[in-house]
Amino acid sequence: MARFIIRRLLQMVGVVFVLSLLLFFWLRSLPGGTVSAILGERATPETRAALTKALGLDQPIWVQYGKFLGRAVRGDFGASTKVLPGADAFDIFLTRFPATVELSFFALLIAVVLAIPLGYLSARRANSPLDSGLVIVSLVGVAVPVFFLAFLLKYQLAVEHNVFPVSGRQDNLNCTRVTNFFVLDGLLTRELDCSVSALKHLVLPSVALATIPFAVIYRITRASVLEVLGEDYVRTAESKGLTARVIRGRHVLRNALLPVVTTIGLQTGGLLAGAVLTEKVFNWGGIGNALADAFQFRDYSVLQVLILAAAGIYVIINLLVDISYAVIDPRVRTR
Amino acid sequence: MSPANPMNRRKDRIDELAATSGGGTATLVREAGAVDEKPGVSLIASAWKRLRRNPVFLIGATISLLFVVLALVSPFIAPHDPAVGYLLDKVRPQSNPVPGPEPGFPLGADDVGRDLLSRLIVGSQQTLLVGVVATLFGLAGGLVLGILAGAFGGWVDALVMRVVDVLLSIPSLLLAFSIAALATRATQLTVIIAVAAVQVPIFARLLRGSLLAQRHSDHVLAARALGVTERAVVFRHMLPNALGPVIVQSTLVLATSIIDAAALSFLGLGNPNDRRPEWGQMLGRAQQYIYDSPHLAVYPALCIIFVALGFTLMGESLREALDPKSRR
Repeated sequence: MARFIIRRLLQMVGVVFVLSLLLFFWLRSLPGGTVSAILGERATPETRAALTKALGLDQPIWVQYGKFLGRAVRGDFGASTKVLPGADAFDIFLTRFPATVELSFFALLIAVVLAIPLGYLSARRANSPLDSGLVIVSLVGVAVPVFFLAFLLKYQLAVEHNVFPVSGRQDNLNCTRVTNFFVLDGLLTRELDCSVSALKHLVLPSVALATIPFAVIYRITRASVLEVLGEDYVRTAESKGLTARVIRGRHVLRNALLPVVTTIGLQTGGLLAGAVLTEKVFNWGGIGNALADAFQFRDYSVLQVLILAAAGIYVIINLLVDISYAVIDPRVRTR
Repeated sequence: MSPANPMNRRKDRIDELAATSGGGTATLVREAGAVDEKPGVSLIASAWKRLRRNPVFLIGATISLLFVVLALVSPFIAPHDPAVGYLLDKVRPQSNPVPGPEPGFPLGADDVGRDLLSRLIVGSQQTLLVGVVATLFGLAGGLVLGILAGAFGGWVDALVMRVVDVLLSIPSLLLAFSIAALATRATQLTVIIAVAAVQVPIFARLLRGSLLAQRHSDHVLAARALGVTERAVVFRHMLPNALGPVIVQSTLVLATSIIDAAALSFLGLGNPNDRRPEWGQMLGRAQQYIYDSPHLAVYPALCIIFVALGFTLMGESLREALDPKSRR
């Protein structure tokens, strides 16, 4: 097991190295470049040359890459220019990250809690009206642009009918901040109204964000259970006279859930991309929202820290999924 | 190929598709076909036989066909020029900015007085273009990389797949945003390139998986033994057998690229020139007036959902039909 994790970590180092190279060249190729981004288009040639030298942009490319790596490791990405002018880009990431984690957590919770039982039910009653209906819902779920669904929910349930709040993470209640996970903070400080307010704000964005993971996890669960139900060992278990309960739990679900675990991990990593769109609609104040603004207004320092963070999170989640996979399925470790 | 290969789970999923969903090796097909079908029925013929009776496929194919026909004839059936602001003097910047329906303009007009119905009809053209060209670009890139990796193996394979793995380690929509941000001035082409680029690594892995699965199969061995040149083995014997999953994936990508292009417009990374309308662009731009005139967003969104659903239904039923396992 330890050997597996070490090997897996070494592979991750390779991926991160290539990623950093890609990010470095991506940043250099962004239109306008760093100098124009800081000084604007109208700077005199002298000031431009001075800044070029100050930033070390006149040095050989591998020296620049080395310095870039050094800054990245120290979390020094410069100040934001447009999203929150003057604020340190890395601080923006740190303060906003909990908001996105909270949103993603609830979205994934909704998706998993609904998708796995429904996928299982669908497979057990394959080709029934329930099954066909759910398959259609899952296909439509993938075909709807996330930001449009988010808007529809917001318009119907927050603007037209005042069921849920329109935007933001919490009402203005003067809540104490501990971890910046607002639901958790309310529980920790016994300010339950804060938690309730945060939960109300969470409903619409997390439902919007949950649609795609729900559709994908549902379909994988359905397909996987269907496949396992046809396996010989299930028939053997039935012919041995085992109870339906044992067969479902031990033989069917345990085997069918392997690919589902993989899919859940993958969807977790991908949530961030959906969060960019959902957070923008609900003005959520997480890193997705900041990323959307950074793209729109071309705030390069915020862009680089957030893209690096997004890729890093994705890589780490993949690592965790692989390790959990190795724990569940011993065959993985030996290969 | 082993599903246990770590690194990234998405690639395993892609490899699984490559291995299972049709086009597979000749032996697989023969074994599966031997169960209840006469010998000599090709995979495609038997797939077609099943598709013809599959309502899901028929619905998907009908929607897709309608969409393509609409795109082709749209300039002739649109009641007005989509680029002319007929109702410009009825746009009210303050109270209700967008002109409502009136005789000759059944859906009203957009924020600069252009006929909404005509823009929706003509918009099918650019939308189809985005979907098809993005899919073709993604397919072309994936074919080149996949063939390099799958047919040659060795260090070429290792190098290509490292890069592909890294690209797959970035959430795909985020990668599209990042590539679109590289454009100094966004155009329809930069949108297409951004949307297509994220498909390249997926197609590459898919194709490599299919090709690798065949390298030691009987029909390739037989072709080699007969002295067929290496190039002919790859292009005439291996590639045609690997195309099944690629075709399925292409159908699905037609849908995702149209949706992704809409997301780019939503973030302001889309094509700013709207003389030639495109549904994603219309949907993205409609956000400015979303509370006063939600219909500006709802119509193009419904069009996108409808078409994306059509392509997806077609792709999913194709996947099922081309899967040798489903013959049983």
